[in-house]
Amino acid sequence: MRFVDEFRDPELADRLFSEIARVAERIGRTRTRPVTVMEVCGGHTHTIFRYALESRMPENVEFAHGPGCPVCVLPMGRIDDAIAIARRPEVIFTTFGDAMRVPGAQGTLLQARAAGADVRMVYSPLDALALARANPERQVVFFALGFETTAPSTALTVLRAAAEGIGNFSIMCQHITIIPTLRALLSQDDFRVDGFIGPGHVSMVIGTRPYDFIASEFHRPLVVAGFEPLDILQSLLMVLRQVDACTARIENQYARVVYADGNPAAMAAIDRVYETRPACEWRGLGTIAGSGLSLRPAWRAFDAEQRFAVIPHHVADPGACRCGDVLTGRIRPTQCPAFGTSCTPDCPSGALMVSSEGACAAYYQYQGQKGAA
Amino acid sequence: MCLGIPGQVTAILDEESAMAEVEISGVRRAVNVLCVAETGHPLSSLLGTWVLVHVGFAMSRIEEDEARETLRLLAEIGELDSELATMRASAQAPARDHE
Ligand code: SF4
Repeated sequence: MRFVDEFRDPELADRLFSEIARVAERIGRTRTRPVTVMEVCGGHTHTIFRYALESRMPENVEFAHGPGCPVCVLPMGRIDDAIAIARRPEVIFTTFGDAMRVPGAQGTLLQARAAGADVRMVYSPLDALALARANPERQVVFFALGFETTAPSTALTVLRAAAEGIGNFSIMCQHITIIPTLRALLSQDDFRVDGFIGPGHVSMVIGTRPYDFIASEFHRPLVVAGFEPLDILQSLLMVLRQVDACTARIENQYARVVYADGNPAAMAAIDRVYETRPACEWRGLGTIAGSGLSLRPAWRAFDAEQRFAVIPHHVADPGACRCGDVLTGRIRPTQCPAFGTSCTPDCPSGALMVSSEGACAAYYQYQGQKGAA
Repeated sequence: MCLGIPGQVTAILDEESAMAEVEISGVRRAVNVLCVAETGHPLSSLLGTWVLVHVGFAMSRIEEDEARETLRLLAEIGELDSELATMRASAQAPARDHE
């Protein structure tokens, strides 16, 4: 048990593992199918692999690694659109580091940079805005990615740019929202997930109320969780207890950061700057109604796609990729024929192999350690 | 991008644009604190507060114990160094090492 020593409180970890085993055993007496719990957030996926939590689960408890990593669901066509903008000579194209290695049909942003495009990695949209201030003769574009955790940051940056009258700044908006996607997953007939570990930092912004429908309409429990391995174990136990008791409630294990109403200032910024896109494409999942954000008409001047007249194009996911089946918990990453052969962290064909929060990259990185746990 | 990184508010830089200096594991950088500001209070009431910073924006206030625990965890999963490196390398970042 190499990994348990790393827990902040190994005794508590041990107690949680035994309690999980006890509840799982009880559930096993009434059903043959394993209990599948989906962790929605890529940060949780990373922690689960880093601490080899899967290898210590009872046989009838499985994790499904959900779609909550924004880099992992970036469709190929959007990468191609980004590259088309980045190639323009007047443009400085700025992005979070993870997105640079996601392959589109035309290659990656990293390859575009090697071929001469001015692509720069930034930590914050504010740094992109600072670049625009410092380079008035250039056009600075920020690739705006992420769920509600980062959407307020981009919104506030756009408002700042407007307040300062910075005309050479724009964003390529690829912000997405998790609620419509959870609804779409739950509406699929063969979706076998029994309960959810809910995202911590998305919930910090949106609160816990938006999940209510998961319990009331779809009768599944969801527990919003923190990022520590102990948080995840405790949240899993809370989900299992509900499965055992046949209840479906929304619970909050991360109450030290997440409030029922979320962060009102952040929600106000989102509401002021964006409107819902009628349809938004997700890599592996297809098009999901109402799951994306775009700038409201009042802020369209900051929309890079309008500024550079980009016609968005759609590229089908590569044939061998089973990313969608992994994202919905239908298969494990190792069951994808591309895993470890045509798709590796050094040369990813699917986006789940790119970010350390992607299930395939995490499997690849940590599977060797699993047996040792 | 999605994991927040804890830091402590050390100075107020600009009230109007809600910018404060936050020290994150020895690195000080300008962070927007609008989402954690208390309505009706000057930003100076945030001095010394621990916050969770996502891509240059403080998104939540946290207790000091929680902050230290999160920093420990981020270091353990290898995210702390990469976040700090990104912060330092970020084009034109108003970041500097705290000596
Ligand atoms: S191994 Fe690669 S192609 Fe297969 S599901 Fe994972 S990321 Fe997608």
